Amino acid sequence: MKAPAAIDIRRVVDAVYRDESRRVLATLIRLLGDFDLAEEALHEAFAAAVEQWQRDGVPDSPRAWLVSAGRFKAIDVIRRRARFDASLHLVADELYAEADNDRDDEHLEDDRLRLMFTCCHPALPADAQVALTLREVCGLTTEEIAHAFLTAPSTLAQRIVRAKNKIRDARIPYEVPGRAELPQRLESVLRVVYLVFNEGYSASSGTELTRHDLSAEAIRLGRLLLELLPDPEVMGLLALMLLQESRRTARSTAGGDLILLEDQDRGLWNRELIAQGSALVERALSSRRFGPYSLQAAIAAVHADAKTAAETDWAEIVGLYDVLHRLEPSPVVELNRAVAVAMRDGADAGLRLVDAILARGELRDYHFAHAARAEFCRRLGRRAEAREGYEQALALARQEPERRFLERRLDALRGA
Amino acid sequence: MKYLCLAYEQESKLASMSREQWQSLREETLAYVEQMQRSGQLITTWPLQTVRNATTVRVRNGQLSATDGPFAETKEQLGGFFMIEARDLNEAIQIAGRWPSARFGSIEVRPIAEGLPEEGRYETN
Repeated sequence: MKAPAAIDIRRVVDAVYRDESRRVLATLIRLLGDFDLAEEALHEAFAAAVEQWQRDGVPDSPRAWLVSAGRFKAIDVIRRRARFDASLHLVADELYAEADNDRDDEHLEDDRLRLMFTCCHPALPADAQVALTLREVCGLTTEEIAHAFLTAPSTLAQRIVRAKNKIRDARIPYEVPGRAELPQRLESVLRVVYLVFNEGYSASSGTELTRHDLSAEAIRLGRLLLELLPDPEVMGLLALMLLQESRRTARSTAGGDLILLEDQDRGLWNRELIAQGSALVERALSSRRFGPYSLQAAIAAVHADAKTAAETDWAEIVGLYDVLHRLEPSPVVELNRAVAVAMRDGADAGLRLVDAILARGELRDYHFAHAARAEFCRRLGRRAEAREGYEQALALARQEPERRFLERRLDALRGA
Repeated sequence: MKYLCLAYEQESKLASMSREQWQSLREETLAYVEQMQRSGQLITTWPLQTVRNATTVRVRNGQLSATDGPFAETKEQLGGFFMIEARDLNEAIQIAGRWPSARFGSIEVRPIAEGLPEEGRYETN
C-alpha cells in the first residue's frame, strides 16, 4: 500500500466506483436485506474511502474494503437512528453480530445475479422491472432512464419507489431461484434484457444516441449474465442481440428510412459481432437445451452467412421456423415462416399461409401481416390487392420509418 | 445533480407539540443534518420563520406592492429547505424521505436547472 496524492485518490475512487459500485451494492443488499439502506451504505463507504485511502493507501482489494466499510457504516446509520426509534437497536445488534461472524467471500459473484433476478421478479410490473434493472444493475440514473424511455423523471422515480416498496412488503427473496423455478424466472430476466435492447434498436422515437446506448447496455447485461449463468438461452439471447446489432448501420438511410434486409449493403455489417454471435449460436444449439432465443439467433446467423440476399439459405430458415413454432407456437412465428416459405417456394405459397392465418381471425390488427400479404400480391402482379394490403398496414403502423416505407410502396403501385 | 428540497408542514401541528416531543424532533433533525454534512450530501439548509412573518412582493404597472402572506389558504406552509447533492432523483427522494418532518409534513423535491436556457423557460409537453 502506498499513499498517493489527493488528486490521484479522487481518480482512483472514481474508477473503483465505475468498476465496482454495482457489485458492492449487490452484496450490500444481501448483507443488509434492504435496497435503500444498502444504497445509503454504499454512498457512505465511498465517502469514507476518499478519506481513508488518502491516509492509509489504497487497499489490496478495494471491493472487499468497500463491502466491509459499507456494512459497518450501515450499522452506524441504524444506531444513530435508534436514538429516536428504540426498535432499531435490535436491528443494529443483529447486523453487527452477522458482520462479526461471517467474513466469507463465496457469495460475492452470485450477488449480481441475485440482484438481476430480484429486479426482474414477475411480481413486479414489467416497466418497473426494466427501470430497476437499468438503475440497480447497470448503474444508470433515474434521469438517464427517463430520457431514454421518453418518460418524465418523476414518473419513473415513482415506479422505482413503488417497486422497492413491493420488494420489501412482499418479501421478495434476494436469491437465484432453485432448479425447479429457474427456467421460468430466467425467462423473465431475458425478456427484460431483450426489451431494453429493442427499445434501443427500433429507432421509433427519441434521439438516436440515447437509443443506441440502451442496446449497448442490453448487450453488456447479456455478457454479464452469460458470465454468471452460462445457460444455452442466455447464449441465444446474447447471440441474437449481437447479430441484430451487427446490421445497425446498414438498416436505415442517413435520413432514418428503413432498408429491408434484402436491400442492405452487407459490406456495412459488423463482421466481428457476427463472428461472436455465430459462435454463441453454435454453442447454444449444440447444448440441445436451446429455446426460442437460440432459434431466432440461428435464423439471424443464416442471414449473416449469406454474402448476398440471393444466396440466403431459405430452406434452412424455414426449417428453423418449424422448430421454433413447435417449441413456442404463435401466429407471429407462423407469419415469419410464411415469409421464408415465400422466398423458398414462391409468393403464392406464402400468400396461402398468410391467408390461412388471417382467416382464423389472427393478426388482423398486426400491420406486418397486411404488409406481407401486400408484398406477396405485388410480386404476383395482383396490384389492386397489393394496394389494399399496404393501405391496411399503413392504417395500423405506428412507427414513422415504417409508415414512410409503406407510403413509398403505395406510391410505386399507384405511379406505374 | 443538485436538488432543492422544500419542507412543508402544518405550523399549528408543530406549535401544539409538547416540549419533549419538540426536543426529540429537533435533535433528530440536527442529527440527520450532521449525517448529511459528513457524507457530503448536504449543500445548505435553513429553517424559516413563521409564515406569519412572510411578505409577498409584486411589481405591476411599475408599482411595487408588498402584502402579508401567503395566508394559510393551503393546509401546509413552507417551513424550511435543504439543498442536496445526489446521484439521481431516486437517491434524492430517499434522502428527503429520511428528513424527520416528512413523517407528518411533506417534502417537495425539485431538481436544480443548469442555469436559464436560452431557448426559453420550461419545456412544454
